[in-house]
Amino acid sequence: MFSDFALTAVVQGIAFAGLGCGIYLSLRIFRIPDITTDGSYTLGGIISAIALSSGMHPIPVLLLALLGGGIAGASTGFIHTRLDVNPLLSGILVMTALYSVNLILAGRPNLPLNEVKSIFQLTGNDADTFQSLLTVILLLALLLGFLYFLLITDFGIGMRATGNNETMAAAMGIHTKEMKVIGLALANGCTALSGSLICQYQGFADINMGIGIVISGLGAVMMGETLLANWLRKSLLFHLLAIAIGCVLFRLIIAGALYAGTDPNYLRLLTALIVLGIVFAGKLRKTSST
Amino acid sequence: MIRLSGIRKTFNPGEASEVRALLPLDLELRQGEFVIVIGANGSGKSTLLNLLAGSERPDAGTIRLDDTDITSLPDYRRSKFLGRVFQHPHAGTAPDLSILENFRLAALRTKTKTLRIGLQQDFRNTVYELVATLQMGLEHKLDQPMGKLSGGQRQALTLLMSTFDSCRLLLMDEPTAALDPRSATTVMRLAEKIIRQQQLTAVLITHQLKDCLLYGDRILLMREGLVVEDISGEAKKQLNLQDLYARFAD
Repeated sequence: MFSDFALTAVVQGIAFAGLGCGIYLSLRIFRIPDITTDGSYTLGGIISAIALSSGMHPIPVLLLALLGGGIAGASTGFIHTRLDVNPLLSGILVMTALYSVNLILAGRPNLPLNEVKSIFQLTGNDADTFQSLLTVILLLALLLGFLYFLLITDFGIGMRATGNNETMAAAMGIHTKEMKVIGLALANGCTALSGSLICQYQGFADINMGIGIVISGLGAVMMGETLLANWLRKSLLFHLLAIAIGCVLFRLIIAGALYAGTDPNYLRLLTALIVLGIVFAGKLRKTSST
Repeated sequence: MIRLSGIRKTFNPGEASEVRALLPLDLELRQGEFVIVIGANGSGKSTLLNLLAGSERPDAGTIRLDDTDITSLPDYRRSKFLGRVFQHPHAGTAPDLSILENFRLAALRTKTKTLRIGLQQDFRNTVYELVATLQMGLEHKLDQPMGKLSGGQRQALTLLMSTFDSCRLLLMDEPTAALDPRSATTVMRLAEKIIRQQQLTAVLITHQLKDCLLYGDRILLMREGLVVEDISGEAKKQLNLQDLYARFAD
C-alpha cells in the first residue's frame, strides 16, 4: 500500500528535519557551506547504536548524539576561524576525518540494533507507524521551539547578525569567531540528532549512511523555502516550519520514486536532479519577480 | 583622551606591493574633540581609523586610551567604548534583520548578548521615540528589514545605533560618500548634533573639503602616512575653501 509507504516517508521526513535545521543554521544563518554534515550525521547514528546497545535509555542517547555532532561542528568552526582555513575545506577535512572516527567507534561498518529499546519503543514493545509519527512530531516540536526561542533572544540576534554582516556584528561587540564555532556546533548537533533518529527508526547504523546526505538536506531546505517563499518573511518560526515541510516533501518524492519501481542505484542521480531542479526553480522565481 | 605614539604600519612588507601606510605617527585626540581627517587616496586616513578601531594592529608604537594601553585590544572588545560608521551605508547595519533587531544589538554593544528575549514593548517604545527624532517616518517601519531602506536612511540609523549604547569615541569613515547631497547634509548635521549632545570624541574621514569648514573642531591633513597639517581653534575658523584646497593640493 502506498499510504503505508507514504506514512513511513513522512516519519523519515520529520526525522530529517534536524538535518534541515542544521543546514539552515550553517548555510542560511551563518552563510557557511558546511560539508561536515555527512560525517556528523553518521556520527549521530553510530553513537546512538553503540549507546543503545550498551543499554542506555533512548532519551539521553539523543542528547549524546547531539553532543557528538556538536563536537564535530565545533572542530570545523575551530579550523575555519582559528586556523583561518576556508570554511568549505574545513568541513571537508573534518568530514574525512570523521569517516575514520566513525569506523573506529563502531569497530565494523554496520551496527544492527537487535533487541534494544529505541526511542520508538518507549511506550510499548513495537511501535506502529502512527506511534512513530507522534514520537517524531513531538521531537520536532521541541527542536523547532528551542531553535525559534534561541534565534529571537539577544544571543540569537547576534548569531544572525554575524552571518548577515560580520563587520557590523564585530562593531556591535560580538565575538564573531566564537559565534561561528557555536553556530557550526549547533548545526551539526541538529544534524547528528537526525542521524540518531534515522538509525533508531531503521534499526541499524551504517558507516556509509551519511554519504551525500548534505545534498538531500540542502534540497529539502530549498524545497521548503521555494514552495513556501511567501510564508517566510512572516516569522522565523514559519521559516523553520517551511524547512521541516520541505524535508517531508523531499522524502515523499524519494519514496514515490522507489514505489514506482525506480532502481535504488538511481537514487543519488535522482536526488541530484531534484536539487538542481529546485535551484533552477528558485532562480526562475527571482528573475520573474524582479 | 586617546594618544597614539610612534605608530608605524606597513602592508605587504618586502614585496613589490609594499605600502608604508603610516610612518612614525604621534597624535593626541582630546576629550570631546571632533576631528576631521582629510588627505588624498592612499595617504593613510583609513589605516589611522582602522588602527583606532582595532581592526588593524600597528607594526610598532602604542595606542593609549586615558591611561590604558589598548594597542593589542581586538575590535570587538574596543566596541565597549567605540562606535563606528562606515563608508558603505550597508556596512553598519544587518540587512536581513529588522530595524528593531538592529537597534537591539546596538543597545547591547557594550554588554553580553544573553539568552533573553530583549525585544519587549518597552524596548520598542524607546527605539520608536529615538527613531522618530530623525523625522524620516522610519519609526513606523521598525519591523521592516534594514535592507529595504535607502542608503541615507540606513546611514542615519547607523549613526543613531553607534551612539545608542554608551560611547566615548565615534569613528566615521566617509559616511556620506555614497549618499546624495541632501541625505549627506542630513547625516552630517545629525552627526554634529549627536557628537555635541553626548560630548563625544569623534574622528571623521571625508573628501568633502567644505565639511571641514561647516563641522568639527580640528582638521588633520594627511599625506603619505604623515599628518602634515593640524589646524584647530582660531586658525580653523579663519580657514576658507580656497585656502584649504591649496594646502590639500600642495
